[in-house]
Amino acid sequence: MKRTTFIGFFLLLIGLSVASGQGFIKLAQLQKSINEPGKIKVINFWATWCAPCVKELPFFEKVNSTNKNVQVLLVSMDYDLDPNPEKVKKFIARKKIESAVVILEEENPGDWIDKIDKEWSGALPSTLIVNPVTKKRKFIQGELKEGDLEKLIDEISK
Amino acid sequence: MKKLMLLVVVALAGFAPVKNGYEVGDVVADFKLKNVDGKMISLSDYKDAKGFIVIFDCNTCPMSRAYNSRIIDLHKKYASQGFPVVLINPNSAEIVAEESFEKMKEHAKEHNYDFPYLYDESQETVRKFNPTNTPHTFVLTKTADGLKVAYIGAIDNNSRNGAKASKHYVEEAVNELLTGKTVTVTKTKAIGCSVKLKNS
Repeated sequence: MKRTTFIGFFLLLIGLSVASGQGFIKLAQLQKSINEPGKIKVINFWATWCAPCVKELPFFEKVNSTNKNVQVLLVSMDYDLDPNPEKVKKFIARKKIESAVVILEEENPGDWIDKIDKEWSGALPSTLIVNPVTKKRKFIQGELKEGDLEKLIDEISK
Repeated sequence: MKKLMLLVVVALAGFAPVKNGYEVGDVVADFKLKNVDGKMISLSDYKDAKGFIVIFDCNTCPMSRAYNSRIIDLHKKYASQGFPVVLINPNSAEIVAEESFEKMKEHAKEHNYDFPYLYDESQETVRKFNPTNTPHTFVLTKTADGLKVAYIGAIDNNSRNGAKASKHYVEEAVNELLTGKTVTVTKTKAIGCSVKLKNS
C-alpha cells in the first residue's frame, strides 16, 4: 500500500514536471519528495543560466536512463531570477531532457537554503543524494566530473 | 635533525584545524592585489576608511550581472561615509577563460566602476575569505584589533529586483556600524554561481 502511495506521489510529481505543465513545486512538496521512501533520490539543483550546471546535466540523464534503482529529479532554481517558466520549458525541450524536472517556486532563498541542506551555501550546481532506507545523505557543492555520480550512488547504496 | 624538525612541522600542520575561511568576528589579513587600472591595492591604502564592503564578484555570472547596478549604488552611497566597495574576482581564468585580467578590465570599463576590481592570480586572498558563490559580500569594520568581519552573505533578499527586496542586508549592516550599533543579521545565504578555484 505504502508503495502504491509512493508511486502515486512520484507520478504526481512527474505530472507536475515542466514538460507537461507549469512545473512549479513548493518547498514543502520538494522536502516531501526528498524524504519519500522508495528508491535512492538524486536531486540536482541547477539553473538554465548556470554554465557548469548545464555541462553536468548529461551525467544525470545517463543515471536516469540506466540506473533503475535511482530516481533523478532536476530542481531548477531559475525562478529566483526569472518567474516565467518558459525559458526552462524551452531548455528542457531543446536539450531533450528525460529526467523529471521541477522549478522551485519560492521567494527569498536565504530563508530556505538551510532547510534543503545546512551544508549548502546556495551555490549552483549542487547535488543531494539520499538513501531513504539507511537515511544516509550526501550533499555535493560544485560541478561533478564524469563517473562521480556513479561512485556517490554506489557509496550511498551500501 | 633538520629532517626530523621538518617532519614534526609537517605532522603538526596535518593536525591543524581545517579553517573554512573567515567567520564573523575574525580579523582579516590585509592583501596587495592588482587592480584593473594596473595599480596594486591594499586595504591599508584607505587611511580614512571606517571599514569596507568587500564583494567577491566576477565577469560572467548571471547573478552577478543582476546585482551589478546595486553594487555600484552601494559604493555611491557608502564610500563617502567611510565604507567603500572593493571587488575581488574569486574565479580562476584557468577554469573559466572569460575571468581573465584582460576581461576584467573590459568589464570594469563597460560598467564604469569607480572602485577597485581586483585580480587574485594566486587565489591566496580568495582562499582566506573562502567565498562560496558570486556575488558574496564581506562587510569589514575597523577596530583596535584590525579589520574585523561584521557581516557575510547576500546584498539583499531579492535577486530579481532590488527595489522589491524586503531586506537590504549589506545596507542594514553598514548603517548599524555607522551608528555604533552591533550588526543584527550577520550571516545570510543566497543562490549564486559557484566560485571556480584552480586545482580543485
